[in-house]
Amino acid sequence: MKHRHWLDDQGNVQTLWRGFLVLLALTVVAGFFVDMHPHFEIERWFGFNAAYGFVTCLLMIVGAKFMGFFLKRPDSHYSGDQRDE
Amino acid sequence: MNSAAAASLILHPALILIAGALLLPLLRGTARNVAVLSAPTLALVALWLLPEGRLWQLQWLDYSLAPLAVDKLSRLFATIFVLMAIVGGLFALRQQSRLEIPAAFLYAGSAIGVTLAGDLITVFLFWEFMAVGSTLVLWSAGTPGAWAASRRYVAIHLAGGVILFAGITGQILATGDAGFHAMRADSIATWLILIGFLINTGAPPISAWLPDAYPEASWSGTVFLSAFTTKTAVYVLLRGFPGTEILVWIGTFMIFYGIVYALLENDMRRILAYSIVNQVGFMVVGIGIGTEMALNGAAAHAFAHIIYKALLLMSAGAVLAATGRRKCSELGGLFHSMPLTTICGTIGALAISSFPLTSGFVSKSMVTQAAADGHMQAVWLLLAAASAGVFLHAGIKFPWFVFFQKDSGLRPPDPPPSMRWAMILFAFLCIALGVWPDPLYALLPYAVDYAPYTAAHVITQLQLLLFSGLAFFVMLDYLRRTPTITLDVDWLWRIAGPVAARSFRDALRITRAGLNEQLLSGRQAMADSIARHRRPDGLLLRSWPTGGMALWVMVMLLAYLALYYLR
Repeated sequence: MKHRHWLDDQGNVQTLWRGFLVLLALTVVAGFFVDMHPHFEIERWFGFNAAYGFVTCLLMIVGAKFMGFFLKRPDSHYSGDQRDE
Repeated sequence: MNSAAAASLILHPALILIAGALLLPLLRGTARNVAVLSAPTLALVALWLLPEGRLWQLQWLDYSLAPLAVDKLSRLFATIFVLMAIVGGLFALRQQSRLEIPAAFLYAGSAIGVTLAGDLITVFLFWEFMAVGSTLVLWSAGTPGAWAASRRYVAIHLAGGVILFAGITGQILATGDAGFHAMRADSIATWLILIGFLINTGAPPISAWLPDAYPEASWSGTVFLSAFTTKTAVYVLLRGFPGTEILVWIGTFMIFYGIVYALLENDMRRILAYSIVNQVGFMVVGIGIGTEMALNGAAAHAFAHIIYKALLLMSAGAVLAATGRRKCSELGGLFHSMPLTTICGTIGALAISSFPLTSGFVSKSMVTQAAADGHMQAVWLLLAAASAGVFLHAGIKFPWFVFFQKDSGLRPPDPPPSMRWAMILFAFLCIALGVWPDPLYALLPYAVDYAPYTAAHVITQLQLLLFSGLAFFVMLDYLRRTPTITLDVDWLWRIAGPVAARSFRDALRITRAGLNEQLLSGRQAMADSIARHRRPDGLLLRSWPTGGMALWVMVMLLAYLALYYLR
């Protein structure tokens, strides 16, 4: 490869990560300063959306993993039905 | 008949596109390329020249049909379908298969025909043409996998067509009216119509046809396939069954089905196919909620979805065309040499995740807002979780595994100009609709009283999405791709069905063989006994002595005498 991309530099990737974490913190802190117009009681909890997004995603990943435990097959599983009978 | 109606006699947008499809195979070179771009452009112009109302009316048997009827809802869907045909045609210009674009135009034209149909019979006709067009698009990939998938695909859609036809016939017989209006699912006929429509949305229990078939098409074919069938189904549900409550739960199931299966999937285009089911789920939920806000949201989301999903599949198609690979486990690091594809794919990914400033943000949030307005807390919570899940399964997963993650060492270049411009156009629309949603809102069937960009909404959405992103990277080890597929209900007709048929055939063969053997031995025994009695000296052909004859005559006479006395 002739030249390295700036994303190939681990230092830059570290900086991106730090920026991402700062952004995460900012979105939560912003909840203090903005009227969030909650539709439901549960939304009044501080940082509800952040926590809810994080936890539900963990649950979805774990749930998918659990399903995959039973339903995963090698990707040649259906190779039999490509022939013409 | 006024002059506008007279003009519409020749200019049915669907027929323009279908005529273009029939003309294209005759053309070559530049003339063909010009025709590919101008046929749908002409259809777009024709569409916007049409006034609203039932423009074509005709009597057939005892029913009044309206093959061309225009209102805001039908114009919205027809517009996005034509737009898709133009940009999809541009993307597919370099496709080697000479069948694909004509097939795609037949398919797009039929989809437009459904949206402009004022009666159920016309809906059904174009519905079936759509099945033919999409199957041809799938076929034109020319691989054994596509051929096998197209046979399964057409079987499902023809079965769906039969169910729909039964429903339409029943409905017309019951009401005496062939018009296509809002219905209630309260009779067998309307239920059959609803089921026929739902099969095309990718609803449970047979969502599997979609991720089975779409990823087998060519690099450009999948782009066309992603747009029309499911969104036409959304259109007919919007018109036919608004506010049908069961749709809320069917849609919710589709949303989570799409997320879970996409999370487990390794094939980049199958990830996106599962996410079609997921996104259509949001629209189906909106139709089920049925308020003006929700219906507007479903329609707007269909419009925005066609654009960003096509964009995502174009970027995947560009990768497939350049590398010949489709599995995430074999891709990665493509941002080095495909910067434009990476950027366009990422914009599509942000739009599908409803990031602020993208089209998904201004459309999907109307559905969530409608759930909140209706005080449906459970639905609202599920939709919020699903919004985070969309970012997880499509928004980050697709670009991360295809363009970033590990370096696969592949250095394919960005695609040629026709494909690049198609991607740039749609990427521009994803951002433009997000930044300036008013033109889209003006097209929606009901007046829009909704401001997407409030500080609260932006912050809420950013919290949901960014923390979903955090979850993705925290759990990255669990998401590592393996060369596997996940079983779905298509297992029933790909494995269980054939196995059952085969074992039934074997059982039949064994029974028949056994039966044959027994019959044969019985027949043999009969033949033997016949032969035995009719041999030259067998019982029946033996020559009897005269004395024997006299004896038998005497016995007969004695018997006669005995009977005479006994009488």
